[in-house]
Amino acid sequence: MRLTSEQVEHVALLGRIKLTEEERELFTTQLNSILAYFEQLQQLDTAGVPPMSHAVPVSDVFREDEPAPSLSTEEALQNAPEQGRDCFQVPRVIE
Amino acid sequence: MSASTGLHELTGAQLSELLAGKQVSAREVLAAVYARVDEVEKELRCYVLLTRELAERQAAEVDELRARGESLPPLAGVPIALKDIYCTKGIETTCCSRILQGFIPPYDADVIERCRANRLVFLGKTNMDEFAMGSSTENSCHGPSRNPWDLERVPGGSSGGSAAAVAASEAIVAMGTDTGGSIRQPASLCGVVGLKPTYGRISRYGVIAYASSLDQVGPLTKDVRDCALMMNVLAGHDARDSTSLAVPAPDYTQSLAPDIKGLRVGLVKEFMEYQGVGVEPEVGAAVRAAVSRFQELGAVCQEVSLPHLNYSIPVYYIIAPAEASSNLARYDGVQYGYRAADGEGMIEMYRNTRNQGFGAEVKRRIMLGTYTLSAGYYDAYYLKAAQVRTLIRRDFDQAFETCDVLIGPVSPTVAFRLGERTDDPVQMYLSDVCTIPVNLGGLPGMSIPCGFSAAGLPIGLQLVGKPLSEETLLRAAYAFEQSAGFHRRRATPVQHMNGRRTTVVREG
Repeated sequence: MRLTSEQVEHVALLGRIKLTEEERELFTTQLNSILAYFEQLQQLDTAGVPPMSHAVPVSDVFREDEPAPSLSTEEALQNAPEQGRDCFQVPRVIE
Repeated sequence: MSASTGLHELTGAQLSELLAGKQVSAREVLAAVYARVDEVEKELRCYVLLTRELAERQAAEVDELRARGESLPPLAGVPIALKDIYCTKGIETTCCSRILQGFIPPYDADVIERCRANRLVFLGKTNMDEFAMGSSTENSCHGPSRNPWDLERVPGGSSGGSAAAVAASEAIVAMGTDTGGSIRQPASLCGVVGLKPTYGRISRYGVIAYASSLDQVGPLTKDVRDCALMMNVLAGHDARDSTSLAVPAPDYTQSLAPDIKGLRVGLVKEFMEYQGVGVEPEVGAAVRAAVSRFQELGAVCQEVSLPHLNYSIPVYYIIAPAEASSNLARYDGVQYGYRAADGEGMIEMYRNTRNQGFGAEVKRRIMLGTYTLSAGYYDAYYLKAAQVRTLIRRDFDQAFETCDVLIGPVSPTVAFRLGERTDDPVQMYLSDVCTIPVNLGGLPGMSIPCGFSAAGLPIGLQLVGKPLSEETLLRAAYAFEQSAGFHRRRATPVQHMNGRRTTVVREG
């Protein structure tokens, strides 16, 4: 598997990162060398081995559904780059 | 301690005694530590933010409470340095990333609440690799910190600022986080004690996430006793972190007995040589000397092999960036932090914000994680890595059938030079070859000083235990430390001595 510059651009779009042309070329080279390094895992037979996504066997941790205070609107908005009318403001989405 | 020893050079336990006996005030201790900061910080750059006013208020409160005769927790009045990764209410928290510049958290992380309740005094926020991605602090948006033992070398990372601050007595104790070695590796390179507890032992609530199945909080201290005292502050269940273990935390200071007769110690072959490549000779020699010391202390030592550890680097660099690509999706210029000024529409705003806000290593890992999780590649990369992770954990479980503690180096080399590994990501990734498997297994791991290279650079010994066996690690570490005495050596960075930057070493 070899990543092309076009695929790197597609991944950058999926990851919501804009790359300069220089970065795209650099990442194409570096990601390819890292992915080549990953190839060694294919030597291992992992048929029937369960995947481990977490270090501790935790699942479905429930608590009582009791109302409790949370952040106020002012606190939630205090770090927003742009805000107004008690909302986060973003560039226009719908034309 | 001699009469000439400055307060900043003492340990938390020593200061605790002086404070409780009213021989010194918390304000005097704080003044001594900040005087030290003023003396060496220009060279070392451990801190990205100093919280002097808050610290003075906290110290004054401790003194007032003590004067009124109230009983206080052991570390009350002891100054602590905090990695810039913990949400601290009202104090800027940036993870050393441009994308979080100006972010003032509206709440405290669980561990910060615990530190406040224990009345530790907050010195400031320490430098780190951006979003904890790195092994040298060179990925910080503020520039690197320096190693107090040699100013031309890195302090390690990502918790490099915290490790260097403790090593240079710019802090009495400090906190870090460890996803692939970020507490243990800088502790090793700076000659201090660092503990990454069992996954789930300490709450991650309010800790800025990198790779959630691997991230864990822990202390960096001058000796093992302070490590135990800090664990008493930090450990415990927290309902706000669903992976927090509902297991009561013991009194870790009870483990500080230098008796390890019959302790079964295993030297891990794959820690000494990864894929057949051995560690630096001086590092290997120091670790073998540690094995001999353990034997003299009555431990039973053997060599063990955990063959799947030879795959831990590719496994980690698939799993951690995959989790990071998801965790870091939240930095989009909407709710907090930096937003790019230019860009047409939402998607362009996101992309410009993230291009300008993230550094190169963070972008590289987001790209890597996005790719390995994307349609068509998931099975070949992420699923495969998660399966090999199981094999690594099984190797550990098997080794713990015949061993109580596994040991080896923390880092295959002593501190490397600034700039030496920045151009080659895979070389930098290999810095963490001995520490990464421990995170993959969710196990507790510890770094303690076990010697010095001929050039005077510290070497760290790694101790690894079964889940929730921190007490065993502390007991083994304490016995070793009391016998070896390396923890008494302190780095004293001095500027431009004899025309070149150097450091003076003294026995404390």
